[in-house]
Amino acid sequence: MSKIFPKWSNAVPLQVLIILTVLGVTVVGLVTYYFTPKYTRVGYAPTQPVAFDHGLHAGQLGIDCRFCHTHVEHSRHSTVPPTSTCMNCHNQIKTESDALELVRSSYESGEAIPWVRIHELPEFTYFDHSVHVNRGISCYECHGNVNEMEVVRHEHPMSMGWCLECHREPERFVRPPEEIYNMEWEPASEQARVEMGVEFVHDWNVNPPLSCSACHR
Amino acid sequence: MRIFFAIFAFSLLALLSILGFRGATSDRPPIEIFPDMVRQSKYKAQSHSEFFEDGRTDRPVPPGTVHRQYDNPQESERLDDDHFNTGRVNGDYAEGFPMVVTRETMERGRDRYRIFCGSCHGGIGDGQGITFEYGMVTVPDFHAERFYDMAEGEIFETITEGRGLMGSYKDKLSVEDRWAVIAYVRALQRARVGTEADVPEAERERLGL
Ligand code: HEC
Ligand code: HEC
Ligand code: HEC
Ligand code: HEC
Ligand code: HEC
Ligand code: HEC
Repeated sequence: MSKIFPKWSNAVPLQVLIILTVLGVTVVGLVTYYFTPKYTRVGYAPTQPVAFDHGLHAGQLGIDCRFCHTHVEHSRHSTVPPTSTCMNCHNQIKTESDALELVRSSYESGEAIPWVRIHELPEFTYFDHSVHVNRGISCYECHGNVNEMEVVRHEHPMSMGWCLECHREPERFVRPPEEIYNMEWEPASEQARVEMGVEFVHDWNVNPPLSCSACHR
Repeated sequence: MRIFFAIFAFSLLALLSILGFRGATSDRPPIEIFPDMVRQSKYKAQSHSEFFEDGRTDRPVPPGTVHRQYDNPQESERLDDDHFNTGRVNGDYAEGFPMVVTRETMERGRDRYRIFCGSCHGGIGDGQGITFEYGMVTVPDFHAERFYDMAEGEIFETITEGRGLMGSYKDKLSVEDRWAVIAYVRALQRARVGTEADVPEAERERLGL
C-alpha cells in the first residue's frame, strides 16, 4: 500500500495544537491587557483649545481648586469654570499673550471655550462629587496630582472595579476634611493613615454603597 | 512551523508597537469597546446641544427670576430683606451685618476668603497676594483708611457686582457666604490695628503678651 500521507504529516496534529494554543493564549492575553479601562482610558491627555496649565495655576500660584471648580462641593457635577473666571486675572495679567487669545475673544463674544472632556463615565452610571469631597475623599484619590500636571491626564481607570475597591475599604483612602483640597498632603505614615481612617470612618459614619442601585439608578 | 513563529512574532511586535502599553499618555480619545448605552441622548451639565442656538445644554436664567435657595432655609426666608440681599437700605449702603456673627460665620468667612480672595488680596488683606508678583498691582490694601470707613454694604456690593478691574463673585459665593467673608475682612483689619487691650485676659499668656 502506497503512502497517502508523507512522513512529515505525523507531526501536523501536534503542530496545529501548538499553534492553536499559542494563538489562544496570546488572544486571551491581549484581550485582558487591552480590553480594559486601564488601557483605554488611563493616560488620556487631550490637547485643549487653550493651553491651560494646572501645574502653574493650582501648583505654583496655589489657587484653590474651588476657585475654578466652584460647585464641586454642592453638586454632582464639578463645574469647569466660565471664561469670566479666567478674566478675573487675565484682564490684567498677560493681556497681550497669544496663548490667551481664545479666552479674550470668548469673553467678548460670550461663546464658550470648547474644552475637551477628559473624565467621562458611561451615562448609565450615577456619580456625585459632593458626597465624596465632603466626606473625606480628596480630588487626589481620583484625579491624581493635578497640581503638577501641565495637561490634565486621566490617572485612574474609573472602572466599576476601581470604584468598588474604595467603596469596600474607604478607611484606606479618607483623609482629614481640611486636607481635601491639598494635593500635597502626606500622612505621617501609612500606619497612622489607616488608624486615622478607621477612626474617621467610624466617627463620621462613612458608609459607601455597594448595592447596584446606588450607582446604576 | 518556523515560518509561522516568524510571522507570529512579527505581527505581535507590530501590534504591540501600535497599541503601546497601559497608561501611556496619549491624546487619542478613549475607545469604547462595548458602547451599549454608554452615550445616551440626554442632556448633562455643561455639555453640547444641537438644539439650542448657542450650542449649550445649560440654559441661561430668564431675567427677573428669583433664586429661591431651597437648600438654604436661611436665605429663602429672607427674600424681602434688602440689607441681606443687596447690601443697601433705602438706596444707601447699609452699615453693619444683617445677621448675628458667630464663630462659625468667622470660620466660614476665613475659609471662603482664602479660596476666593486670597490669591489677589493676600492672606492678610494687604493687596499683595500671589498675583501681585505677576503684574496685578492694582489690588487695594484693606488696611487703608478708606476701607476702615467703608460700609459693609459697599463691600457686599463690590463682591456681588464687581468693581473696576475686579470681577463679580456672585456666582461663586452665596449671599450668606459673602457676609461671612466681609466679617473676616473686618477681623483682618481689626487684627492690624488691635492692641494688647483687645486680647481677653485669659488668652494673653498663651500668646506670650
Ligand atoms: C484657574 C482655574 C483652575 C484651577 C485653580 C483648577 N482648575 Fe481644574 N480645570 C480648569 C479648566 C479651565 C479645566 C478644563 C481644561 C482642562 O482640562 O485643562 C480644568 C479641568 C480639570 C479636570 C479635568 C476635567 C475633565 O474634563 O474631565 C480635572 C480633573 C481638574 N481640572 C481638577 C482640578 C483640581 C484637582 C484642582 C485643584 C488642585 C484644579 N483642577 C484647579 C481650571 C482650573
Ligand atoms: C488668580 C489669577 C489667575 C486666574 C484666575 C487664571 N490665571 Fe492664567 N495665569 C495667571 C498667572 C499669574 C499666569 C503666569 C503669568 C506669567 O508667567 O508671567 C498665568 C498664565 C496663563 C497662561 C500662559 C500665558 C502665557 O502667555 O504664557 C494661560 C494660557 C492661562 N494662564 C490660562 C488661563 C485660563 C484658561 C484661566 C481660566 C480657567 C486662567 N488662566 C485663570 C493667573 C491666573
Ligand atoms: C471619588 C472620585 C472623585 C473625586 C474625589 C473627585 N472626582 Fe472629579 N471626577 C470623577 C469622575 C468619576 C468624573 C467623571 C464624571 C462623569 O462623567 O459624570 C469626574 C469629573 C470631573 C470633572 C469634569 C466635569 C464633571 O463633573 O464631569 C472635573 C472638573 C473634576 N472631576 C474635578 C474634580 C475636583 C476639583 C475634585 C476635588 C475637589 C474632584 N474632581 C474630586 C471622580 C472624582
Ligand atoms: C477613594 C474612594 C472612593 C472612590 C474611588 C469612589 N467612591 Fe463613591 N463613595 C466613597 C465614600 C467614602 C462614599 C460614602 C459617603 C458617605 O458616607 O456619605 C461614597 C458614596 C458614593 C455614592 C452614594 C452617594 C449618595 O448619594 O448616597 C455613590 C453613588 C458613589 N459613591 C459612586 C461612586 C462611583 C460611580 C465611583 C467610581 C467612578 C466612586 N463612587 C468611586 C468613596 C469613593
Ligand atoms: C460604586 C458604584 C457602582 C456599584 C455599586 C455598581 N456599579 Fe456597575 N458600574 C459602575 C461604573 C462606574 C461602571 C462603568 C465602568 C466603565 O465604564 O468602565 C459600571 C458598569 C457596569 C456594567 C457594565 C456595563 C457595560 O456594558 O459595560 C455592568 C453590567 C454593571 N456595572 C453591573 C453592576 C451590578 C450588577 C452591580 C451590583 C452588584 C453594580 N454594577 C454595582 C459603578 C458601580
Ligand atoms: C482676581 C483677583 C481678585 C480677587 C480674587 C478678588 N479681588 Fe477684590 N479687587 C481686585 C482688584 C484688581 C481690585 C481693584 C479694583 C479697581 O479699583 O479697579 C479689587 C478691589 C476690591 C475692593 C475695593 C473696591 C473699591 O471700592 O475700591 C474690595 C472691597 C474687594 N476687592 C473685595 C474682595 C473680596 C471680598 C474678594 C473675595 C470674595 C475679592 N475682592 C476677590 C482683585 C480681586
